Amino acid sequence: MRKLCSLVLMLMLIVFSGCAMSTSQQGKTNPPAPANKDIILATTTSTQDSGLLDVLLPVFESKTGYKIKTIAVGTGQALAMGEKGEADILLVHAPDAEKKVVAAGSAVNRKLVMHNDFILVGPPNDAALIKGKNVTEALTALAKIQASFISRGDDSGTHKMEKSLWKRINITPASPWYKEAGAGMGQTLKIADEKQAYTLSDRATYLAQKKNLSLEVLVEGDAKLLNIYHVMEVNPAKFSKANNAGAKAFIDFLLSAEGQSLISTFGKDKFGQPLFFADGGKTEKDIGL
Amino acid sequence: MDMIGQGVISAYQLLASADSEIFEVALLTLKVSLSATAISVLFGVPFGLWLAFRDFGSKHIFSSLVNFGMGLPPVVVGLVVSLLLWRYGPLGGLGLMYTPAAMVIAQAVIAMPIVAGLTFAAILSITPKFRWQLLSLGATPLQACWLLVKEARLGLMAAVIAGFGRVVSEVGASMMVGGNIKGQTRVLTTATVMEVGKGNYDMAMAISFILLVAAYSIVVLLTYLQHGGKSVR
Repeated sequence: MRKLCSLVLMLMLIVFSGCAMSTSQQGKTNPPAPANKDIILATTTSTQDSGLLDVLLPVFESKTGYKIKTIAVGTGQALAMGEKGEADILLVHAPDAEKKVVAAGSAVNRKLVMHNDFILVGPPNDAALIKGKNVTEALTALAKIQASFISRGDDSGTHKMEKSLWKRINITPASPWYKEAGAGMGQTLKIADEKQAYTLSDRATYLAQKKNLSLEVLVEGDAKLLNIYHVMEVNPAKFSKANNAGAKAFIDFLLSAEGQSLISTFGKDKFGQPLFFADGGKTEKDIGL
Repeated sequence: MDMIGQGVISAYQLLASADSEIFEVALLTLKVSLSATAISVLFGVPFGLWLAFRDFGSKHIFSSLVNFGMGLPPVVVGLVVSLLLWRYGPLGGLGLMYTPAAMVIAQAVIAMPIVAGLTFAAILSITPKFRWQLLSLGATPLQACWLLVKEARLGLMAAVIAGFGRVVSEVGASMMVGGNIKGQTRVLTTATVMEVGKGNYDMAMAISFILLVAAYSIVVLLTYLQHGGKSVR
């Protein structure tokens, strides 16, 4: 009896100390706190998994007093969150799908932030002999010998890019050689590695994962493989609960000289090459589209 | 195999270097899961008792529902709780989405049927004659209820331990309603998933070990209480 009481008391104490702690944590922000300081950033997994956000967000938060809540999901899901007004900023990489969201009035002020590129990776023995080919020839060769190919299959930006590449050569890839993982980029690379299959990856995630993989870069540098990241504000005229002031502040920071230089130097020390190329103020034409 | 050994070593290094980030994550994990367990006990135990003591026609429907709820998929709970808590959802005005409070709610919903179901089973395992005997000896229904709870103590604590074990190991709902936000809603399970996504398997292994150690320490404490402060017989 007494034991039961003491247990209940203990659990209660933990709950209350938890409440007390979370309020005290909220109290300590040094810069003048903005009226609504929580910003929800819906973004793709590659910005988080590559570690870029870990570099950008602390600088922005300590400068402005905003708190960013990063929801790292596939681009498809990130855009869907924007369409429902459940986010404030979208940082994604599927230009065609983005344009539809803007046209529907759910997002505004779409701006180019940075790019890197997609690469076709595969097993070192390269049974389909695609090394050095352009992406059109390479995918045709894969389909011809029905080489094992792992697709993201999760409606992410990378998946959308891969589907558009197959469509371009009028091939509908099918099971059993074409497998849909329904997973993030990191996990898809691991599956391709285990199954000695080919897959399409963004360069940032591949470089970050490289230490665990035997897969090699086989096709790169094709203009069709550009991976372009845009940032957008969720339209405050459509969704009154959106934190538009916060969204504007973050986008200004991303496109500022400081934000752009953080992006362009990120990864150089660790991988010997930058993971992203900063494109603030440019248009798609400037980077060759 | 190397990876596992490496994981233990880096787990030790992480803890030894007093990496405050991992401590914060571990602390939040325990806070969220213990709060959720406490809430589920608060509602689940009385419901289990009510179910055990009352005789009514549709009792088997209720008990089968509770038993079914014990296997409630966390992702389904996560999805429903997010639909409710989203800005433009019915409870959006509370502003709870992507906060630890949202994770407590989801985990409490997951644990409640487990606590209720095992409470129900623990009370039923005592022969009903015991209750009749107590009542005929002049105990009020409330006193009889209390004596039965004391009698079923081992089973009731097992219910609490099972509820805690379920929520501390759960990842789907926490990811959905919490969002794995650094410094805010990142718990050990969601951090493990993220480190795997980043390809840091040794880090993921290290976090897993910390999760196991943290969960085990709580269960040791609860087991000690279960046996009334005496060593296990």
